[in-house]
Amino acid sequence: MSKQPDDAGKKLNPTPLLDELEKGPWPSFISGYKEWIQDSGNTMTRGVLDQLQYSYETKMGYWKGGVVGVHGYGAGVISRYSMIPDKYPEAKEFHTMRIQPAPGLHYSTAKLRDILDIWEKYGSGLLSMHGQTGNLQLQGIDQDSVQECFDELNKKGWDLGGAGATVRTGASCVGPARCEMACYDSLDAHYKVLSYFTDLVHRPQLPYKAKFKFSGCPNDCSNSIQRADYAVIGTWKDEIQMDKAEVEAFIAAKGVDYLVNNVITRCPTNAITMENGSMEINNSDCVRCMHCINVMPKALSPGKERGISLLVGGKGHLKVGNMLGSVMIPFLKLETQEDMEGLIDIIDRMIDWWSEEALDHERIGECIERVGMVAFLEAAGLETTIDMVSHPRDNPYFKADHDHKPQIKSMA
Amino acid sequence: MEKRTYKTEESGLHHHMEMLHPVSQKNYGQWSYHERPGPGILKHVAKSGDVLFTVRAGTHRQVTIPIVRRLCDLADKYADGHLRWTIRNNVEFMTPNEANVAPLIKELEALGHPVGGTGPSVSAIAHTQGWLHCDIPATDASGVAKSVMDALYDDFVKEEMPNRVRLATSCCEINCGGQADLAIVVQHTRPPRINHSILKDICEMPSTVARCPVAAIRPTTVNGKASLMVVEEKCIYCGACFGACPAMEINHPDHSKFAVWVGGKNSNARSKPSNMRLVCHGLDNNPPRWPEVTQVVKNILGAYKAGGRDWERLGEWIDRIGWKRFFEETGLPFDKYMIDSYRHARTSFNQSAHIRF
Repeated sequence: MSKQPDDAGKKLNPTPLLDELEKGPWPSFISGYKEWIQDSGNTMTRGVLDQLQYSYETKMGYWKGGVVGVHGYGAGVISRYSMIPDKYPEAKEFHTMRIQPAPGLHYSTAKLRDILDIWEKYGSGLLSMHGQTGNLQLQGIDQDSVQECFDELNKKGWDLGGAGATVRTGASCVGPARCEMACYDSLDAHYKVLSYFTDLVHRPQLPYKAKFKFSGCPNDCSNSIQRADYAVIGTWKDEIQMDKAEVEAFIAAKGVDYLVNNVITRCPTNAITMENGSMEINNSDCVRCMHCINVMPKALSPGKERGISLLVGGKGHLKVGNMLGSVMIPFLKLETQEDMEGLIDIIDRMIDWWSEEALDHERIGECIERVGMVAFLEAAGLETTIDMVSHPRDNPYFKADHDHKPQIKSMA
Repeated sequence: MEKRTYKTEESGLHHHMEMLHPVSQKNYGQWSYHERPGPGILKHVAKSGDVLFTVRAGTHRQVTIPIVRRLCDLADKYADGHLRWTIRNNVEFMTPNEANVAPLIKELEALGHPVGGTGPSVSAIAHTQGWLHCDIPATDASGVAKSVMDALYDDFVKEEMPNRVRLATSCCEINCGGQADLAIVVQHTRPPRINHSILKDICEMPSTVARCPVAAIRPTTVNGKASLMVVEEKCIYCGACFGACPAMEINHPDHSKFAVWVGGKNSNARSKPSNMRLVCHGLDNNPPRWPEVTQVVKNILGAYKAGGRDWERLGEWIDRIGWKRFFEETGLPFDKYMIDSYRHARTSFNQSAHIRF
């Protein structure tokens, strides 16, 4: 236990470089840490602050990883040992526990206070809300306290998130909890998909990480296309809903110039035209980009036949460079339990294929690019469609089955 | 520790319904439209006629128990005991009671939380852990984020940008901060120094070799011990090997620098999502305030704010005015290192006679 209630633990050591970060109007994490040390006498936090000051002086980091965990799990605790424990013995251990928040990062204060009370008992008192993957990170606990701390959190219904070669903690936008753009129940999908994969969250059994993000609409506020192996994005098939009276009210308030310059000419597929001083949408040209709906949220809204698009293969830098996810399922209804099970079935097959095919540390997007998208689609049991590509191949080198005969419709 | 008797309930994540504000629960999936009454404030109207105000405020992200308890106190007082976070570390309070909005904002500001980050503003920086907690960082992330947000404070609390601006920082080239309209990412400028004395004992050599994107790492023998070598002409200084093997020491107090990337876009609105592009590199890693980085950020966002049209994201503004004018208007020099030399490089060449004079 790192807490020392006596006043000796409340004394701050000099941190002149870090003190420079107490200046300026944005909230200062350094001021927050110092307040907490003086408040609590938490010596682990003081040691961490002292080591951070040393990092600022020497421009080097001083943490190394190791293995710390809880019974039965193989992930969820990120271990950190100081490389210079003789210099900063108070910061000898500084492990992080990744906690899975509820979808959409919604909290009741009662549930959040449970975490804070337990964390005050066992940990450094530092948290990150939230990490880039979407975990609530409890930063700073020693190895001997991890299990007890986790047990208490777990009794309150909190569980660890993923780390390493696991399905990682999911992320989602605010969704139907508050947003009129949400085209499916993104929070429910997040809850169900991540619950289904709980075993893969807690026990590393995959070639590398697998991330899920859920966005209610193509505005993609959870950054799923850029960051997620599996991007579940709400969309619709039928026509954009238009409230004619609200369109008129919009034009009356903003003017025709604004409508032309900020709505009609900004449509990426020129699907909107000016008709008799108002707007018409040619829905067969619409690509569901959301722009006109964003500008006119009272007048326009997504259509009624709603579902999701699934894009697969988004990822960051390592190993072959950034990849954006690409369409693997253009449209799937996600309304019933059966729909949800169908989606999970498909993703299960994708993960199985990837687990068989991938090299060590290869994300599914990289694996698809190396092995081939058609092989992937066949393994996932998906039909190829033109929605999956920006355009047919322009590379002249291709091969097809010798007996392939195109079925050409008569258009006469 | 006494013998453990508790059996883990592998419960996974909490269900969202138990976390949602009652008005959110009642009108779940039944929202009609929203308005932005002012910076940091959203007003959502449900089909039932119910109204839900949201107040959004910036945080330190790296927070403490008392900081979060104070936010919980505000949520209890003004938001019926509920709060949420955005993916850019902003905290949000929801209330159906319009009269709660002004006093809540006042109390947030008194606690030092800037209210803003909505609509066409600069939202808080998505950032990584850095020297505070990461095992492979070349810089701090929270410090860079704090320094840059101090300089962009006004752009957070006002809605005066052409469209929303998403920022990220990352403390190694793995770039956990992710794609953004503008990202500040560590850039190494030398191959790793190899600590041969410990390599064999702490690293799995085949997986370290496999981690390299350009196959620059080879097995070798040093002083009779198996080790690895780096073909320096091939090495692209990415530091990928360091994550697999701490003996591949990529970080350096002087040779690890910063690069700035622009034009990443997550949304599908108008143009397709895009990756960001390199526009500045070789900036010193200069704690505690990184003034060189802040200046580049200010130059870029200043030019975008002045020249961007309504709804244009930073990358879309550049698409319209062209990269030549981008470099002119931001005062940044284009150089040969910004011409891609990796996979698919040709897709970034100008394969047309479209030239701006």
